[in-house]
Amino acid sequence: MTHDEIFTTIQALLVDALAVDEEDVTLGARLTADLGAESIDFLDIVFKLQQSFGINIPQGELFPEGLSQQADYVKDGKVTPAGIAALKARLPHVDFSKFEADPVAKKVAEVFTVETLVRYVERKLQQKA
Amino acid sequence: MRWMWIDRIVELVPGKKLVAVKLVSMAEEHLHAHFPARTWEGGHRSATPLMPMSLIIEGMAQTAGVLVGHAEGFREKVILAKVSKAEVTRDARPGDTLRYTAEVLQMDRAGASTKGTVELISPTSSGSSGEPVVIGGIDLMFSHIDNNMGGQEFPSWNFVFSDSFKTLLRTSGVAQV
Repeated sequence: MTHDEIFTTIQALLVDALAVDEEDVTLGARLTADLGAESIDFLDIVFKLQQSFGINIPQGELFPEGLSQQADYVKDGKVTPAGIAALKARLPHVDFSKFEADPVAKKVAEVFTVETLVRYVERKLQQKA
Repeated sequence: MRWMWIDRIVELVPGKKLVAVKLVSMAEEHLHAHFPARTWEGGHRSATPLMPMSLIIEGMAQTAGVLVGHAEGFREKVILAKVSKAEVTRDARPGDTLRYTAEVLQMDRAGASTKGTVELISPTSSGSSGEPVVIGGIDLMFSHIDNNMGGQEFPSWNFVFSDSFKTLLRTSGVAQV
């Protein structure tokens, strides 16, 4: 599957899961801040990705829980450089470059964009091949 | 009043499918509160006793919730977390029977998604044979909240599945729980 095919499939499943308009589901759109995803929507998205792409997503692999509450990684409400390094290692499909400029812990969920999902699915399909 | 919106479970395929029925009765108070008669200057609206859509959704939530709860031996606290779709195109009136079929689409440690079909068995309009007619679909998502709320703690006893639902399964004759 090409990048574009994966994106189109993800776009359709997000329109369904989040009741948003197709044109709002751009690669850069953030799942929470731009598309209004709430906690249960993340489980819905995981289920729909598994179904659409025939992949298995272990709990926490795509969207880890409680990121902003891990005391080792957070100081004065911000994620520490060591914390960001650990997150990058754990979440290779996530682009942290914007977040690093202002790593407010409570906003960490905003790193999950449509592009994150496309990249994650690409990696999973490559592993499967 | 018991918060029970299904009367009998007629089929259970553990972890896959559960079918339940709800009899709509004129004796139920909520039918009268939903669209009561109204008179006002120059107009009048007669009472329209109907099964409210919100309670049809609750009926499906109980049908699908028991299915998901039963799959894990009622150990998980199964909470309705999202109504993904709810479309019903015909009213259910006193004397009708609603038939809810819930099927598991996906289920894991964190929760489950279900697909639901709503059928109506009407003594007057569904044919002399009383065959069920599909009138809509209700798709839901459930969360196993102990595993899915970022480490929040909930009471250890299962407040979702009181004895009522286990009694219903038992008296319906579909499962020993």
